[in-house]
Amino acid sequence: MNGMVQVPRRTVLVCCGTGCLANNSMEIYKKLKDKAAELESGFPVIPVLKATGCNGLCERGPIIQVLPDDIFYCKVSVSDVDEIFERTILKGDVIERLLYLDASSGKRVRSFKESEFYKKQFKIALRNIGQIDPACIDDYIERGGYEALKKALFEMSPEQVISEIERSGLRGRGGAGFPTGYKWRQCSKTNDFPKYVVCNGDEGDPGAFMDRSIMEGDPHSVIEGMIIGAYAVGAEKGFIYIRDEYSLAVRNVSKAIEDAYIRGYLGRDIMGSGFSLDIEVVRGGGAFVCGESTALMASIEGRVGEPRVKYIRSTEKGLWGKPTVLNNVETWANVPVIITRGAEWFSSIGTEKSKGTKVFSLVGKVKNTGLIEVPMGMTLREIIFGIGGGIAGSGKFKAVQTGGPSGGCIPEALLDLPVDFDSLSDAGSMMGSGGMIVMDDRTCMVEVARYYLKFLSEESCGKCTPCREGIRRMLEVLEDICAGEGREEDIELLLELSETVKEASLCGLGKTAPNPVLTTIKYFKDEYLAHIKEKRCPAGVCKKLTSYRINPDLCRGCSLCAKRCPAGAISGKQGKIYEIDQGICTVCGTCREVCRFGAVEVAGRATE
Amino acid sequence: MREKPEEGILKVKSILEKYPKERRFLLAILQDIQKTYNYLPREALNEVRDYLGIPLSSLYSMATFYKALSLKPKGRYVIKVCDGTACHIRGSLDIVEEIKKQLSISPGEVTKDGKFSLETVNCLGSCALAPVMVINDKYYGNLKPAMVKDILESTGD
Repeated sequence: MNGMVQVPRRTVLVCCGTGCLANNSMEIYKKLKDKAAELESGFPVIPVLKATGCNGLCERGPIIQVLPDDIFYCKVSVSDVDEIFERTILKGDVIERLLYLDASSGKRVRSFKESEFYKKQFKIALRNIGQIDPACIDDYIERGGYEALKKALFEMSPEQVISEIERSGLRGRGGAGFPTGYKWRQCSKTNDFPKYVVCNGDEGDPGAFMDRSIMEGDPHSVIEGMIIGAYAVGAEKGFIYIRDEYSLAVRNVSKAIEDAYIRGYLGRDIMGSGFSLDIEVVRGGGAFVCGESTALMASIEGRVGEPRVKYIRSTEKGLWGKPTVLNNVETWANVPVIITRGAEWFSSIGTEKSKGTKVFSLVGKVKNTGLIEVPMGMTLREIIFGIGGGIAGSGKFKAVQTGGPSGGCIPEALLDLPVDFDSLSDAGSMMGSGGMIVMDDRTCMVEVARYYLKFLSEESCGKCTPCREGIRRMLEVLEDICAGEGREEDIELLLELSETVKEASLCGLGKTAPNPVLTTIKYFKDEYLAHIKEKRCPAGVCKKLTSYRINPDLCRGCSLCAKRCPAGAISGKQGKIYEIDQGICTVCGTCREVCRFGAVEVAGRATE
Repeated sequence: MREKPEEGILKVKSILEKYPKERRFLLAILQDIQKTYNYLPREALNEVRDYLGIPLSSLYSMATFYKALSLKPKGRYVIKVCDGTACHIRGSLDIVEEIKKQLSISPGEVTKDGKFSLETVNCLGSCALAPVMVINDKYYGNLKPAMVKDILESTGD
């Protein structure tokens, strides 16, 4: 700011997404607000404070941005507040130690936009998140919000809206990638009323939280998308179904709906256009299968969330047997941008058959965990090693799991795969809602398959036999393998069961349930064989097949492992080589975790 | 509820009054009752049956299908340990083991004094902080088994 006479009016954005809230960001926000309120009213630079949605970089939270200086602080604690206020907010000084440390370059950067994490991203669905106060409709409007709605209502016919979405090539972001425009057209052609629009916010895939972030951080973008969609297909009632665990999302979406009514974007005769729409929030009940469209509709109707056979599509007979368009949160959030900027612009981004961007939650054993949005077609390598900064700690990349429990594990050999709907399916996985879980050499792939099948067997609604019984039998086989009871013919048996479950299940849950098993067998068969034949778990995860031993050539006798061992199984003398008593050891892995010299090694089943 | 049945039923009535007599509000009604009592008492379900004209068997199928609902009382503090994939591969089961050891209860159970109940959930959407648990509304991230004891002891009535 040197040389400038005028002091800018600063805006301070405090991230209050679930991740940062868990690290006390609300207290930081309140304290900053109190300090701003203490300034005398005549003070020339009273800063504006905003509590925003998730910035995506949850791991470095709590996060504060100061504008217009564009200073980005990470891991802020309550004790830093005074200094930030006095130095940065009032004077524009940068506090070096709070700046973002770029994992890829090892340098501290002043603006988030300079970081490797940010540079390669392209934000459409996340365009406003972290920049606006989600509880403030004016923040949304200031950034062009509800302009698309005006354009659609007053300059376009419903037919034109549908054809714009069709030409944009937008495909459903909830997992299957069904063409959105085609879905809308089917519904608009049906001559049966009333019609409904539904937003699927029942994000159940473990490891995915993009829908939560959008609903929490930019709820109006979803609402605006839904109003445009309802106008296009002729619906007059909408529902937003939000997962039970997401209490902040329920609160922010409800507030946004209220505000939209007050401003006349919802309700009767929207902005004098003659078009009317009501939207209601429905809280989910905590059942994974309710993310399936027909199960979700049953749940909205107040019934048990069981799916039905889809001989007739929901666009003809959906909610209460009436034509219904159901789209995912991220899909709806894309709609206003397509209307404003046009189908040509949108379809210029991405690959031939997958247009636009996709939001991923990049989590697991990666340095920069968080939420990212990239153009379709970026390679897994660019995402994990470029944006993600590579593997955290000393581990080595082993696999990346995409698509949630119905997806698959992709090995290192396929890291240069461009990420879009079709290439992921070809690799045996799927896009899913966009969870991307990075696994290193300390993750056991057999155990991962077991984990997903356990999840799915608990979440199977039980209506159809192949899913209910088939998954359970597969789980039993995997549990045996993990416990060292596996037989050589088990792999064959798993493949056979997979085929039946895939072919004969009623809904998407069962049809895709074998994917984690099939991909791990396809790409990591050696791990299955190590469990079955050699009775050892190469990653050291399956406790019954693991023992630890201290390599005498690497041990420096620092005694750390012995001090930390919760079972007291390690004995030795400082400066001498330590030893593990296999009879006492509980295989918790603490010694391996704390050893700085990599001296604790994984061996097969302990021989008593 | 047991001591003062009249008062308990009054609470249920005030919940029911907020909703029109339509089946589609059933899940919301049951969630409100769950929130008020920490479970779905039989007396309350009878009221819902009469109000909406839905057989008790249907209410039971709802109560057993949705995880947010329970027919047995939960603890005053509900510990939800996330076992989503990101938490799982970062050691969430070690956290569960430690809680089991500290409180002598398994997932799905309540401590004898009714203070804590333990559950595992499939992803709280806070994967960047894995492993994560939530006690009522408070989040605890980047957990290590050694942190569990202090957290439980500092959680008080």
